[in-house]
Order: sequence, then structure tokens, then C-alpha cells
Amino acid sequence: MFEGRVALVTGGTRGIGAAITECLVESGASVAAGYSRGKENAEQFVKRLGTNGSRVTVHQGRVDDVDDCNRVVKEVMDRFGRIDYLVNNAGITVDKTVRKMTVDDWRQVLDVNLSGAFQMTKALLEHMIERGSGRIVNISSVIGETGNVGQANYAASKAGLFGFTKSLALEMAQRGITVNCVAPGFIETEMVAAIPEPVLAKVVEKIPQRRLGRPEEVARVVRFLLEDESSYITGAVYSINGGLDM
Amino acid sequence: MDSLPFAQRVGIVTGGSRGIGGAITTLLAEDGATVAVLGLPEDRERAHRLASLLNGAASRLHFYETDVAVYNRCQEAVAAVLREHGRIDFLVNNAGITRDHTVRKMTVEEWEAVLRVNLSGPFFMIKAVLDTMIQQEYGRIVNISSVVGEAGNFGQANYAAAKAGLIGLTKTVALEVAKRGITVNAVAPGFIDTDMTRAMPLAAIENAIEQTPGQRLGRPEEVAEVVRFLLDERSGYITGAVYNINGGWYM
Ligand SMILES: NC(=O)c1ccc[n+]([C@@H]2O[C@H](COP(=O)([O-])OP(=O)(O)OC[C@H]3O[C@@H](n4cnc5c(N)ncnc54)[C@H](OP(=O)(O)O)[C@@H]3O)[C@@H](O)[C@H]2O)c1
Ligand SMILES: NC(=O)c1ccc[n+]([C@@H]2O[C@H](COP(=O)([O-])OP(=O)(O)OC[C@H]3O[C@@H](n4cnc5c(N)ncnc54)[C@H](O)[C@@H]3O)[C@@H](O)[C@H]2O)c1
Repeated sequence: MFEGRVALVTGGTRGIGAAITECLVESGASVAAGYSRGKENAEQFVKRLGTNGSRVTVHQGRVDDVDDCNRVVKEVMDRFGRIDYLVNNAGITVDKTVRKMTVDDWRQVLDVNLSGAFQMTKALLEHMIERGSGRIVNISSVIGETGNVGQANYAASKAGLFGFTKSLALEMAQRGITVNCVAPGFIETEMVAAIPEPVLAKVVEKIPQRRLGRPEEVARVVRFLLEDESSYITGAVYSINGGLDM
Repeated sequence: MDSLPFAQRVGIVTGGSRGIGGAITTLLAEDGATVAVLGLPEDRERAHRLASLLNGAASRLHFYETDVAVYNRCQEAVAAVLREHGRIDFLVNNAGITRDHTVRKMTVEEWEAVLRVNLSGPFFMIKAVLDTMIQQEYGRIVNISSVVGEAGNFGQANYAAAKAGLIGLTKTVALEVAKRGITVNAVAPGFIDTDMTRAMPLAAIENAIEQTPGQRLGRPEEVAEVVRFLLDERSGYITGAVYNINGGWYM
């Protein structure tokens, strides 16, 4: 389906990002997967993909660092010559109630989750415009719509992605580039594993389907939005949350 | 044929003989599903013509003359599908009509006609299939709402109310059956090139295109792709969602 196409997935070697990388590689794409600190994990990930790993490269770089963003995009262009899809998936949480949250905690999350998406987009937008085609998918979160105790910074960053997505979608509407959000609910990854067990049990209780989602389930939605046939979908938010937030 | 993604699946598409519904029927039947098309008397001929165009899937399309605005008819159609095909895996509530007038000029009959087909119809159909899906512990329901249900539209108070109501129905049923293997979602298209939009005055169509950032109408096949995605067995964690496809018309 995606033969000859090239995707750049930030945070693409772990959790949801890794599932996206795998899903796109299985569909024929070449994938450049970004990571920041987990070098060993990234290398093991490529190994685990087996023969499919020949179409996957990993790139170290912080999305909250403009120079890193530009360098990573250049690395990918040098290696593959084109970038068709950008998936802004890299994200972090630093949970505290606003009373206890430091300005630094606030900034750190905004820098990675929101400014990171902007900077990565900037780094390759001209390339997509020149080619007259492209797909950008931003991984937001149900929390961006509902808010959550202890996640003011995270919720603000994820709600911010909606505004960013919709504005960019408007700006790119006549240039063959679609920009959409996928908003997952609670998905079984290390990010959720960090939630204390009793808190997590309460979370699951609140999900109408009474289960966490799987990274692969989110990856399918991303892949759908990247398809050529999805060109009329832009500025949209596709939720996948087991009924959590409607 | 067993390798097709919807092999052995049986489902219903209301108003599935033309326009968006026709495209949904085509995709699903060509993907292996047995599709029961529900429609008005004038849809019978169209359904047969559609079947003859299907790529090797003509025998999987079955027409049931059914006015979805009448609950008894819905029950009868569902009973017939069950009798003839044994199960119901998916339901697409697609049948819809417009009766456009500004509220000042809109008659009570026009209001009620649109509410009955576009909102009560889906409720009747859901009610008619739900027990079966609960017994199967599996089901996929997709309601075709509209961008107009979210944004409103001049001259479409009845249509906008019905389509917004459909989103409320979607989310409520999604909650009620969340633990039973059944998902319920809505697809909200923007302006799509079908008989429904061809009936609009030319100036209104030009205006709609003008207002669409993508500067074109959508195609029925593009909407059908979203519906098929949601009907897939692997989309089980998506429920109570509204998936827009509108070229950026409404965000
Ligand atoms: N899990 C959920 O329930 C859930 C729900 C809704 C939304 N999301 C969103 O989905 C995305 C992925 O989440 P996940 O659960 O897969 O998280 P995860 O397992 O913690 O993975 C996060 C990824 O982001 C990368 N990353 C972190 N900081 C970075 C930085 N400054 N620059 C570049 N990359 C960085 C990490 O790279 P390293 O491996 O190098 O650390 C890692 O690959 C996030 O945006 C998250 O907010 C998750
Ligand atoms: N065309 C658009 O721009 C657009 C945009 C958003 C949403 N929609 C929605 O998509 C759906 C399909 O629209 P379309 O453009 O394909 O319309 P269409 O007019 O081409 O087809 C509608 C079908 O529904 C059938 N139908 C009407 N009343 C019925 C009844 N009482 N019982 C059974 N069948 C009945 C018709 O006979 C026809 O086959 C509708 O619900 C519509 O509101 C359309």
C-alpha cells in the first residue's frame, strides 16, 4: 500500500510510536523513527523487526531542540530522498497539580508535546509544499478534550495540538497536504505503566469498555489517515478511546 | 473469497442503492460481505443495477423494500435478513432526506418528515438489530450524520437538528453496549457529490465548494472508506466517536 513512501515518526521506537512504525513498515513504507534517550531500545527495536528492519532507520534527536529537528530531517532526506508522512508522536508527562507544578514542569511538557510538533513540521513543510503532497498526523490525547487532575501541562499541550492541527490544515488545504489529529484514550504503554496501580484501576473503571487500548489499535487509525484515499479528511480529530470521552 | 476482510459478515445499509450508501454497499460487498440494502420502492431497480456492476459480488447484494421511518417495516426487514442470512454483524444508518426551508417558511410536516427518516429511522433500525448483536456479542453500527449537524446550515433547521440528534443517539447507544462487543460511531461528511447535493441550486453548490478549504466536493467512495474502516473487526476500541470527512469545511 505504501511502497516507495517514506514516513518520519517521532518517538517511533517505543509504545504507540513503535506500533505506528511497525504498522507502516508492514504496509510497505520506509520509516525513519526518532528517539531521544533510548538508544539501546531503538537499536533493539530495529533488530526485533527482523527483515522488515531493512526499511527502518532510527534517528537520535530531541524534538524540543530546533537544531535536532532540522538535523534529523536532513538525515532522513539524505537517506531516503523524500518524506511523505510526518507523525508527531513524541510526548512526555510530568504530572503534578497546578499548585505543585513548577514553571519548569509546565515548560518542559509544552516544549516537547506542542513546540516539538511545530518544529518538526517546520523542518519539513517546505519539502511537502514543493512536492504538492503530504500527510501530517499529530498524536493528541483524550486528555486534551477533557482535562485531568494533575495534568494541566499535558492537557494544555494536547489541546494546543488541536488548534495547531486545524490552523495548519486550513493553511495547507489547497496544497495537497492534510493535517489531522488522532486522540487516543488510555493505551497500554510505558506512559500508562507509570500510573500507580490503584489509580489505573480507577481509570479502567471509567472506560465504558473496561479495558485499555493497544498501541496497534491506535496505529491502524494513523495508517488510515495516511492513505491516498483519505485526502478529503483534514482538520479532523479521530478519537479512539473505548468510549471514554464522547 | 474467505480471504476477503468481510467474508462471512452480514450487514445492513439503509438507503444503500445510490449515493454514499451505494458506495458503502459496493465496498463492503466487494470485500466479501453479504449486504442487505434497505430502501424505498424506487430504490429496487437501482439496487439491481448496482448489483450488476459489482465486481464478482452481485449475489451478495439483497434488496429489502423498507421505509425506515416506520418501525414495523424495520422490524420486518431485520427479521427477513436474519431468516435468510442468519446473522447481522453491521448496520449502517445512511438513509436520509432533506426538506430545506428557512424556519420562517418551514412547515411542521417538513420538520417531522426529516426527523422521522434521519433520526427516528436510525433509532428504529438500532432497536431492531440490537438484541441480535448482543446475542452475538459482536456488532458494528455506523450512523451517517453530517457536518451540518455540528455547524448548522442556513435553511436546514430540520436536517441539522436530526443530524445533531443522531450524534447524541450514537454516543448514548455506544455507552449502553460498550461491554458487549458492539461499537457505535458516527461519520460526519461535508458536501459530497450525490443526488442530494445535485438537488441543491447551483449557486448553493458553488458556495459550498467556495467554503470548503479543499475547494471541491467529496466523493461518495471517500466517505465509504471511513465507514468501512469503522466496521472492521479490528476497530473495536473506537466507539462513541464522530469521524469528520469534509475537506476542512468544519473543524
Ligand atoms: N499511552 C497513552 O495512554 C496515551 C494516551 C493518549 C495519548 N498518548 C500520546 O501518544 C504519544 C506516545 O505515547 P506513548 O504512550 O507511546 O509514550 P512512551 O512509551 O513514553 O514513548 C514516548 C516516546 O517519545 C519519545 N520522546 C520523549 N521525549 C522526547 C523528546 N524530547 N524528543 C524526541 N522524542 C522524545 C521517547 O523517546 P525515547 O525512547 O528516546 O525516550 C519515546 O519514543 C505521546 O504523544 C502521548 O502523549 C498516549
Ligand atoms: N450528499 C451530501 O453532501 C451529504 C453530506 C452529509 C451527510 N449526508 C448524509 O449521507 C446520507 C446519504 O446521502 P446521499 O447524498 O447519498 O443521499 P441520496 O439522496 O443520494 O440517497 C439517499 C438514499 O436513502 C433512501 N431513502 C430516503 N428515505 C428513505 C426511507 N424513508 N427509507 C428507506 N430509504 C430511504 C433514498 O431512496 C436513497 O436511496 C444521508 O443520511 C445524508 O443525510 C450527505
